[in-house]
Parts: sequence; structure tokens; C-alpha cells
Amino acid sequence: MNLGAYADFILAAYAVAAVVLGCLIVWIWLDYRTQTRILAELEARGITRRSERAKPHPS
Amino acid sequence: MIEGPGLRHAIAGTKKLPMALSELANPSRFLAVVEPVLPWLAAVTALALALGLNQAFLVAPDDYQQGATVKIMFLHVPSAWLGMFCWVLMSVAALGTLVWRHPLADVAAKAAAPIGAAFTFVCLVTGSLWGRPMWGTYWVWDARLTSVLILFLMYLGVIALWRTVEDPSRAARAAAILTLVGAINLPVIKFSVDWWNTLHQPASVFRVGGPTIHPSFLTPLLIMAVALALLFVTLHLAAMRNEILRRRVRTLRLMQADTAGS
Repeated sequence: MNLGAYADFILAAYAVAAVVLGCLIVWIWLDYRTQTRILAELEARGITRRSERAKPHPS
Repeated sequence: MIEGPGLRHAIAGTKKLPMALSELANPSRFLAVVEPVLPWLAAVTALALALGLNQAFLVAPDDYQQGATVKIMFLHVPSAWLGMFCWVLMSVAALGTLVWRHPLADVAAKAAAPIGAAFTFVCLVTGSLWGRPMWGTYWVWDARLTSVLILFLMYLGVIALWRTVEDPSRAARAAAILTLVGAINLPVIKFSVDWWNTLHQPASVFRVGGPTIHPSFLTPLLIMAVALALLFVTLHLAAMRNEILRRRVRTLRLMQADTAGS
């Protein structure tokens, strides 16, 4: 694969896109982990939503 | 808006919507549908991106005038489409917030804004990197480039608004109004190359009379567009899921504060 005289521009364009979209993916994934962790901590302390409390106990 | 008594009111306001939308109006049901779908969607996105990059770098020929720089088009054009499409999606969601009071509408709008901003940024940077070897300059203040820059700045404005107003329902209404006002820019972007004399070329895919691009370039372009659209959908659904969870955290913290205060 020969990208010619402007290879730097082509590779820079794809690199920028990879970094920007990669950061977006990582940010969304980390945000999911943060929110689920906080929810688990709150529920472990007995703070649950009304709908969760209304659910019948599995046992 | 998502939790508590407001949810009943919000769902009552969605009675006239199609059944599928009404059913998904329940955030818990939305999560139940999205959770199992996301890993599959991510896998299909990865495969489509691999196929698209293979087409772009190994199958598509060099252009007789532009040489290999035409490969930037496979990234630049779909990013531009998605940057604009995302604002259309946010505008529909804004109507959902203001007119139908759909409880997921503002969740969808808030989740979409950073993704739209990212694609618009990629469009601007890749366009600039394509412009330097082809036009001899990274930037000109022509109507197309300037209107896309305005779109990017509007994304930043909406994101800032969401982060400034603490109450989600108040932020949703303000962001919805700003989004609908900003939608005026979309036809300006689309038709700027026809209305004004621009350095940017006119439309060559979505135009009356069909695409003017040779199939050897059009096929990789459309495959990359599908791949990046799949990435957009995957990220948007994941970000919507995060936003629902964030609002649950907020509700639980308010309950915790109430309990501590009483």
C-alpha cells in the first residue's frame, strides 16, 4: 500500500479520528462503570428505588 | 422526570405516540431491551469498521487527480453526515421533550450531543487535513466550512447548557429550545455549496440525478458510512443507558438526603 506524497495527511486524518472516537468509547465505558458502581454502593446501604422495594423477594 | 410521580405524568403524555415508542418510554423497559443488544451491536460495528477500512485502504483505487488523499473522503464524508444527522435526531428529541413530553426524549438528546460533537470535530479536522494538499490551505471562511464550524460550536453550547443547569427537566427544556433554533443551520450547511460560491465542492452523493462518484469510490464510502453509523447507534444507546443510570443515582441521593434530613 503506497499512500504517496501526502501519506502524512492521510495517516494524520485517520489517527485523529481514531483518537477522538476512541476517547469517546472509553469515556462512555468509564461513565457506565462509575454509574453502576455508585448505584451498587447506594443499594448496599439500603437506599433503593420504590419500584425495587415493591418487587417480591426472590426467596 | 424519569423517576417518581413525574414518570406517570410523562407516560400519560405519550399516549398518542406509536405503540413501540410508548412501550420504550419506560426507562426500565428501555434498559431491558438495550442491555442484551449492545454487545452484539458493538461486535457488528467492529466487523463493519474492519470491512470499511479494508475497502478504503486495500480495495479502493487512488483518484486520478487527488491520488491517495481520496482515502480521507471515506472518513470525512460519513463524519459530516453523522454530525448533521445527530442534530436532526436531537431536534426530533427536542420536539419529544417540548410537545410529547416523552420521558426518554431529553435522555436521547443529552446522550447524543457529545457524540455529534465528536463526529463534527472529526469532519472539521479531516476536512482540514484533506484541504491542505488539495486546496493549498487548511481553512477558508467559505459558507460550507463556516456553517459546519457553527454546528460544532452549537454542540459545545448545548453540552455546556446541560452541564450548567442542575435540574434535568429544566435543562432539557432549555436545551430543546436551543436545539430547535440551531436546526436552522442544517439547511444552510446542506445548501451552502449551491447558494454561495464556495471552495468546497457541491454534493456528489445525495443529489438530484444520483451520485457522481465512481462505484469504486462510492462502495467503500457507503460501507464506511454504515460502519460509522453503527458506531454512532452503539455509542448513543450506551450513553442513553448511562444517562438513565445517572438519573437513578441522582434520585437515590435525593432520597438519601431526605432520609438524613427527617
